Amino acid sequence: MEKIIVYEMESIYRDSFRITGYRFGSGEKSMCVVGAMRGNEVQQMYACSLLVDRMKTLESKGLITEGKSVTVIPCANPYSMNIGKRFWPTDNSDINRMFPGYGLGETTQRIADGLFRELMGYEYGVQFASYHVPGKFAPHVRMMRTGFEAVEDAKMFNLPYVVLVDPRPFDSGVLNYNWQIWETKAFSLYTENTARTDRRSALKVVDSITRFLDKVGVISYSGKAGYVPDVIEESHLVSIQTSSAGIFEPDVEVKTLVSEGDLLARILDPYEGCVREEVRATCDGVVFFRHADPLIYADTVVFKLIPVGEFRVSDRG
Amino acid sequence: MIENVVSIKLPADEELRVQKNRIAPEGIGPDAKRICIVTGTHGDELEGQLVCFELARFIKSNMQHLKGIVDIYPALNPLGIDSITRGIPGFDLDMNRTFPGMRDGSMPEYIAAAIFDDIAGADVCIDIHASNIFLREIPQVRINEVSATELLPLAMHLNVDFIWVHSAATVLESTLAYSLNAVGTRTLVAEMGVGMRLTIEYGNQLSKGIIALMAHLGMWDGPIPYVREPIISVDRQVEYINAAKSGIFVPRIEHWRDVRQGEHLGDIVSPMTGDVLVKVVSPCDGLVFTLREYPVVDEGSLIARILRM
Repeated sequence: MEKIIVYEMESIYRDSFRITGYRFGSGEKSMCVVGAMRGNEVQQMYACSLLVDRMKTLESKGLITEGKSVTVIPCANPYSMNIGKRFWPTDNSDINRMFPGYGLGETTQRIADGLFRELMGYEYGVQFASYHVPGKFAPHVRMMRTGFEAVEDAKMFNLPYVVLVDPRPFDSGVLNYNWQIWETKAFSLYTENTARTDRRSALKVVDSITRFLDKVGVISYSGKAGYVPDVIEESHLVSIQTSSAGIFEPDVEVKTLVSEGDLLARILDPYEGCVREEVRATCDGVVFFRHADPLIYADTVVFKLIPVGEFRVSDRG
Repeated sequence: MIENVVSIKLPADEELRVQKNRIAPEGIGPDAKRICIVTGTHGDELEGQLVCFELARFIKSNMQHLKGIVDIYPALNPLGIDSITRGIPGFDLDMNRTFPGMRDGSMPEYIAAAIFDDIAGADVCIDIHASNIFLREIPQVRINEVSATELLPLAMHLNVDFIWVHSAATVLESTLAYSLNAVGTRTLVAEMGVGMRLTIEYGNQLSKGIIALMAHLGMWDGPIPYVREPIISVDRQVEYINAAKSGIFVPRIEHWRDVRQGEHLGDIVSPMTGDVLVKVVSPCDGLVFTLREYPVVDEGSLIARILRM
């Protein structure tokens, strides 16, 4: 293992800003995994740390294929992580909106540029990503439809779902999009949590990475079998919105199979404790996303379901 | 008349309301022209507050001259303004990257969709911004080159000092202005002053410009304010100066003045050691139309923009 400094920048009063990477094996740039890019992506950093730990073991046992290398970057934004702020400490800009970066531009453009110089040239790129709304997802691989998306490769992660997303205008600055444009097969992996660590969920993602690396011949590793994933169009997910605000009391977890009319959650009056609204399933389906904060606004999406019938539900683990 | 554009119930006994003030002469027909004045997308930008106040006050005092509908939206992000938060509190999301919004999305996207639908169809929209807390700007209108042919003639009436026709950076596609222009609602972005402050001179200047624009559109038949002639520029004439090192930026010139190539603009200093880390000089002859206001700089922080002359 080689520990590398991918990017470094001096600060006036803080220790230098450093993006640190861990390189395993040598030769061809096979895969790069990027963890936290925002200061609240603790689970994403944690999952990377477990991946680094596993890759050390694999390397020590000589299980990395000769001439192949894997790089893991657990945290691309330690400054924000260390102060508990999601975006850049001073101007609140998002590094993951600045790719491919600009070396003569503003601070986060320079960071994105420095990072992207390392990230270019890999055959596969994986980002442990998070969503701007507080919530839990069924573990999945998310891919933007850029014309370069590698759907068949995405299935090799053996996570339950592969979700295809049409890029929105602001997506042109995110890492996944730019990786694809620069001919890296890029995948965003979503775990159940963001700001809190969850070892079980993190290990699932680590398993999925090592399974993938084994299948593409970068390592020799026989892990758990995983799932045969379903490929889903994001636009086909069924959103369920609230009509009331209050305290959100969910009844179901992600990955639960529900029938139309089933109770999914209650919204309680925060002062009087009575039920303001019962949130019910509008179709038969699997819970793909659920809101995770204790408080909820009205007119807000709290669940997304994968409708049964349109998609087969995988239950193999 | 104060109207709700969108309202959303919040968990603890409160309703979030985005409101507008519709000012219109009595008996106005459905075909009347409509101008929308919007501001407060970023909760730390307050320069537009004065413009909204001045316009509402002035028009109400001179209703006999009003020949169309004026919709004033002073606070698109009321929670942000109340909490001195640039984005939408609770989501840490830049509202001006969520348009045209989504009715079946998260709360910010739902609000954005309702605002967008309410404004779409107006004859003209003026979206007022105030830079941010880091930079001070002269009164200017920024136009995407894609819309320049249609918007430039309107911008000439707004009494600003500078019109910047910038390139079509893709990231701007999710702004309110881009989204409205894309559906045929002509929208001009005004930038002036600095975040968290009011610059009274600038507010009055733009308010007069909006009245002049209304006169041009046939919505105002009262006296037309004098309108200054702006400098018009495209991207290639703008020089960016970014901090070469982290430190404290100490300006050595005033904002909005001509400079010569090599002229001393400021220093990046270290208060710890007493050293000047970087002497910042102008790369060209020109006009300093953007100048760093917030002293702390990281490597790469924008210090100034200079219009080549």
